[in-house]
Amino acid sequence: MMFAMLGEAWRAMGANRLRTFLTMLGMVIGVGAVVLMMAIGQGAQYAVKQSIAAMGSNLFILVSGSTSAGGVRSGSGGGYTLNVSDADAIAELPGVQATAPIHPGNAQVVYGPNNWNTSVIGTTPGYLDARSWPVVSGNAFTNSDVRSATRVALIGKTAAQNIFGDEDPLGKTFRIRQSPFVVLGTLSAKGQGMDGRDQDDTILIPLTTAQRQVFGSQFPGSVRMIMVQTSTQEIMPAVERSMTELLRQRHRIREGMDNDFSLRNLTAVADSAAESARVMSLLLGAIASVSLLIGGIGIMNIMLVSVTERTREIGIRMAIGARERDILMQFLLEAIIISVVGCIIGLLLGIGSALLAETLTGTMVIISGSSILVAFGVAATVGIFFGFYPARKAALLDPIEALRYQ
Amino acid sequence: MSDPVIRIEGLFKSYQTSAGLFPALKEVNLNIAAGEFVAIMGPSGSGKSTFMNILGCLDVPTAGHYFLDGRIVAELDKDELALLRNRTIGFVFQGFNLLQRMSLLDNVALPLIYSGMEREQRQQQARDLLAKVGLEGYEASMPNKISGGQQQRVAIARALINRPRVLLADEPTGNLDSHTSAEIIALFESLNREGITIVLVTHEADIAQHAQRQVRFLDGRIVSDQPTSKLEHTA
Repeated sequence: MMFAMLGEAWRAMGANRLRTFLTMLGMVIGVGAVVLMMAIGQGAQYAVKQSIAAMGSNLFILVSGSTSAGGVRSGSGGGYTLNVSDADAIAELPGVQATAPIHPGNAQVVYGPNNWNTSVIGTTPGYLDARSWPVVSGNAFTNSDVRSATRVALIGKTAAQNIFGDEDPLGKTFRIRQSPFVVLGTLSAKGQGMDGRDQDDTILIPLTTAQRQVFGSQFPGSVRMIMVQTSTQEIMPAVERSMTELLRQRHRIREGMDNDFSLRNLTAVADSAAESARVMSLLLGAIASVSLLIGGIGIMNIMLVSVTERTREIGIRMAIGARERDILMQFLLEAIIISVVGCIIGLLLGIGSALLAETLTGTMVIISGSSILVAFGVAATVGIFFGFYPARKAALLDPIEALRYQ
Repeated sequence: MSDPVIRIEGLFKSYQTSAGLFPALKEVNLNIAAGEFVAIMGPSGSGKSTFMNILGCLDVPTAGHYFLDGRIVAELDKDELALLRNRTIGFVFQGFNLLQRMSLLDNVALPLIYSGMEREQRQQQARDLLAKVGLEGYEASMPNKISGGQQQRVAIARALINRPRVLLADEPTGNLDSHTSAEIIALFESLNREGITIVLVTHEADIAQHAQRQVRFLDGRIVSDQPTSKLEHTA
C-alpha cells in the first residue's frame, strides 16, 4: 500500500517536472544555507575555542605603566615599573597558580646560511605552565638556567622550520643577535593566536639571558610584563583585587594616584570573543532558517495549487473507494518527498559549498553530524507541517463537487 | 425474485441554493433485485443524477432510507462508505474519468490499491479484466491515445475489478457514437448475464431498450416503472 502510494506520488511529481524542481529548489537552498551557515559558524566557534585553549586559561597579563620624560609619554609598557620580585610576590597570593615575567622582543636569528626575524621571548619556566604549552622533544629550561643566564632556547614550530629547514633542531647551535644558543627543546604547535599572529613563530629563552645578552636592559631585574595564571576562573576577580592592592603597596602608590601598571584579564577578552562567535553562529543559523521557512511556504503554495488542479482526480479516486486518509496520505507523501529529496540535495550542496569555502578562503568549517541531523529533521517537519493543510483540504473535498469540477 | 440488493424507502433530497431550498428528490421508493438490469430515464433536472449519487454512496439523502446489500447506508461512517464504493459498487461515468497520467493497466488496477492488494496480484487482475473488455495488448497505453469507446471499456474494467454486486453507469454512452454505444451496451448485457446488477442512466430510448426494466423520473419523482417487454407491447 505504502509502496503503491510512493509510486503514485513519484508519478504525480514527474508529471510536472519543472514545477516539482522549482518547489524543491526552495528546500534545497534552505537546507543548503542552513548547513553552510552552521558549518561556518561552528568553524568560527571552534577556531576561537582553539585559540583560547592555545592562549592558556585563567590568565592575567600585567604590563608596566607608561613613563613620562620631558612631556613625552612612552605608552603602555614603555617604562619598567614591574620587576621579577613583583612576580615572585604575586606568586605567593592565594589562588595564583603560576607567574611568569616576560621580556619580549624581536631579533634576527642565524643558522648556517639561513636567517630569520622572529619573536624572542625571555621568560621563566612558569610561562610554559601558564600558557599550557608543552615541550614536544628535548627539555624545557629550568630556573637554574634563568639564574645563571645560560644560552639555551626552546623553539616554536614555525621558527624551527624557517631556521633549520628539515633538520632536527635539537642540540643545534644557532645565533640570536650574534650570541650562540643551543636548542634545548621544541615546542608543540599552537597555531594562530587571538590576534591572528602565528604563535609558533617564537623562540623562548631564559629571562636573564634575554635581558643581559640579547636585548639589554637599563634596569636589571625589571620586566615589561608579568603573566599570571589563577587556579580557577571564578576567583579571577578576587585575585585581580588582591594583586592590584599588592602592587600598589609594593610600588608605594599613594591613595588617589594612578597605577603604574595595567592589568588585562585575557580570559575575559577570550570569553567575549567566544561569545561573539557564538552570537554570529546563531545569527547565521537564524538567517538560514528563514530561507528554510520560505522553502516550506513554497511547498505549501504549490501543494495548494496542485490540490485545486487535481480536484477532479480526487473525486474519481473517492468514487472508486479512496478513503479520506488515502487522499491525505497521497498529498502528504508528495510534500514529504519533495522536502526530503530537496533536503538531501541541499545537504550535499551545503557540504560541498562549505568545503569549497574552506579551500578557497581558508576559513575553518565544521560539518557536524548534529547539524546534518537538525537540517534533515527540520526539512521533514517543514514538509509535514506545510504539506498537511493542502493534503487535508484535498481529503475533505466533497466527492460530488470534486467529480463535477472541470 | 431474489432479495433486493437496493432498497429505497421514502427518499427525499433537497439542496440549499441561492433561491432557497431546492427539492431534488421527493419521496422516491424503489427496489432493485440482485441480477436486474434497470434503465433510469428522465429529462435533465428530473433528479436522476442526484438519485445515482445517492445510490453510489457519494451523497447522503435528506430523509428516507437506503439499504444497500442489506445495510443501512445512513448509519455508515465515511470509511465504510468508501469501502462500499470500493467493493460493492462499480462506477461508470459519462466522461470516462480515467486518470490521464496513468497507463490503462494502472487505471484499471487503481481501486485495488485502496483495497490494499499486492502489486503482482493487482496487475494480474487488471490484465485479465482488460482482456475481458477486449483491450488485450493495450496495458501500457495512455488514456489519451485511445478512442472514446476504448476509454469507456477501460472505465468499465476499472469498475469491475473488485467484483462489485452493483454496476452504476451514469450516461455511459452519452459521449459515444451509435456504433460504439452498441458495443458498450452489449458489454453491459453480457456482464448482467454473469449476475451483476446494473443500474444505467440514459436519455436514449434505444439504449434503455436493452434493460429489463425502465424507471422514469420527472420533477424528483418516479412517474413510471415497468418491464421493457410490457413497454414494447404498448408501443
